[in-house]
Amino acid sequence: MPAIFTPKVITANALLEGDVVYLTQDDTWTRNLKDADVLTDEADAQIRLIDASTRTSEVVGVYLADVAPDAKGPKPTHFREAFRMRGPSNYPHGKQSEAL
Amino acid sequence: MYRYTDFDAAFVAERNAQFRAQVERRIDGSLTEDEFKPLRLMNGLYLQLHAYMLRVAIPYGTLNSAQMRQLAYIAERWDKGYGHFTTRQNIQFNWPTLRDVPDMLDALAEVQMHAIQTSGNTIRNVTADHFAGAAADEIADPRPVAELIRQWSTDHPEFQFLPRKFKIAVTGSPNDRAVTKAHDIGLRMVRNDVGEPGFEVIVGGGLGRTPMIGKVVRDFLPEADLLPYLEAVVSVWNLLGRRDNKYKSRIKITVHEHGIDDIRARVEERFALLRPAFTGVDQQLYAQIKADFAPPAFSDRDVAPFDQAYANDPAFRSWADTNLSAHRTPGHAIAQISLKAHGATPGDATADQMRVMADLAARYGYDELRISHEQNVVLPHVHKADLPAIHAALKAANLATANIGKISDIIACPGMDYCALATARSIPIAQEIATRFDQLKLEHEVGDLKIKISGCINACGHHHVGHIGILGLDRAGVENYQITLGGDHTETAAIGQRTGPGFSADEIVPAIERIVDTYLSERENADETFINTFRRVGMTPFKTALYGESDKKQKAA
Repeated sequence: MPAIFTPKVITANALLEGDVVYLTQDDTWTRNLKDADVLTDEADAQIRLIDASTRTSEVVGVYLADVAPDAKGPKPTHFREAFRMRGPSNYPHGKQSEAL
Repeated sequence: MYRYTDFDAAFVAERNAQFRAQVERRIDGSLTEDEFKPLRLMNGLYLQLHAYMLRVAIPYGTLNSAQMRQLAYIAERWDKGYGHFTTRQNIQFNWPTLRDVPDMLDALAEVQMHAIQTSGNTIRNVTADHFAGAAADEIADPRPVAELIRQWSTDHPEFQFLPRKFKIAVTGSPNDRAVTKAHDIGLRMVRNDVGEPGFEVIVGGGLGRTPMIGKVVRDFLPEADLLPYLEAVVSVWNLLGRRDNKYKSRIKITVHEHGIDDIRARVEERFALLRPAFTGVDQQLYAQIKADFAPPAFSDRDVAPFDQAYANDPAFRSWADTNLSAHRTPGHAIAQISLKAHGATPGDATADQMRVMADLAARYGYDELRISHEQNVVLPHVHKADLPAIHAALKAANLATANIGKISDIIACPGMDYCALATARSIPIAQEIATRFDQLKLEHEVGDLKIKISGCINACGHHHVGHIGILGLDRAGVENYQITLGGDHTETAAIGQRTGPGFSADEIVPAIERIVDTYLSERENADETFINTFRRVGMTPFKTALYGESDKKQKAA
């Protein structure tokens, strides 16, 4: 039996600002995880990853991150992704300071 | 202090211009990230979890007030108003954008600073005793040596693509405050039987995944042989070092795999070849550099204002007892400014705080500041009569915490709050421990105790050599903290021993409290420090306090 595919989003850091971005359904980059496209098919996810990885003038370090789909949008399943989404815990200097 | 020659200034300016062009070529697509990454790393630029990070060298931890003010300016102009001082005497800016970095580097060059070789597989910023030139116990000032090594290693054509990074530390005092035994090369300035100056050369120390205490490769190296000998060590490793496996590439593994005797023989052979190539120019340079580090003209005044404040002001007395160290000149002291206010991020200073420290250095401190590997700032030369005024100014800037060397003076790496390599957070653990022991009012009762926290196995937070070391790991998607006890970062360096299974983020502070309670009940008297008590009683009572009796019996069974 094939392993169940955990839903994923494509994420990276923006080349110029260095901050965390996610790929949307229409292949633009968003800074808000809730606007990210949730990929539920492994083959589709791999192709989207390859395509996104070629956009080297926009982003650095493209990869697939696990998420848990939710009515309000995808949620990170690992604490590292939660910190990337939110920002550091010692100052409100990351995305937590932006109106989400 | 050392001042850039025209050559130095032109070199840094050219390097900055090159990097500006490299950034432009990355942005316009001429360079791929794979091509750009080694270039940006050689210039101190990382890409972390939330942003780029620029790591700026503070060579041998020494800077003047103008340089500190410029760091404050950079923090406000291009960052978020603060900087983070690190265990390698660097400052890190956590929020620059790529386009701004060339301007930041030019701003640094204005005050003779740079970010060259603060990263990458190069010889990194050379660190030294933060009390250099001031300490009462010092044999010789390590800063001219560190500056000579910086000039030799910067852009050294043979050493730009080493198997891995390479770190050198120098101490001029028998009391090692530079953790020389945990560096790729540690240099201890010593004198031989007839009083000639030289070095004990220690090689193959390091923390990280495979912690190792360095081994003596040469008991006594005459001063004039330093650079050819260093070149011999690095070039032997450059050939032997494992490029196939980054976890085995550091010189500590090379020394471990080949044995210190084999490495010594290879180094001596290489040294014999290289020595004639050094015709004495390096020694002329060294003499010039030494002149730049002549001590200031120390003032000779009455220390009565100090005595009066000490007798009448308990807050000043507590700060003086905890944060001052013996200076070699009568009437003077070394004052440490704690960047570890209870609940604050270890090593962080705001731009305003940097300016306060710069002003104090300019007014009272012969224009000198130091950054310690313990992430504090030092005023190395202050007259005792000025200390009450210094303390008052620090207090107003929330910089007068009296905790140097105490339980809340914690080294913590940035951890997963910033670092892309981290496996768990460090900063909140440090904040919680400091806050907790401040609430308990136990800090001064507990006395000297070094807690060091790393957020991953790479050990930037020096956890292996903390009296209590904490290592943050990812255990099945949850932050988990392992404890080591008995580490030592001084001349009697030792790697701490693991207590056993780790603790969750919620459990780690209570676990540290149990360790401290055990120490307080086990110690013979208030003069027996934590580390001495641990050495006397061993691991058992601490294990019992952490895991209970039943666990111990089960394991024994």
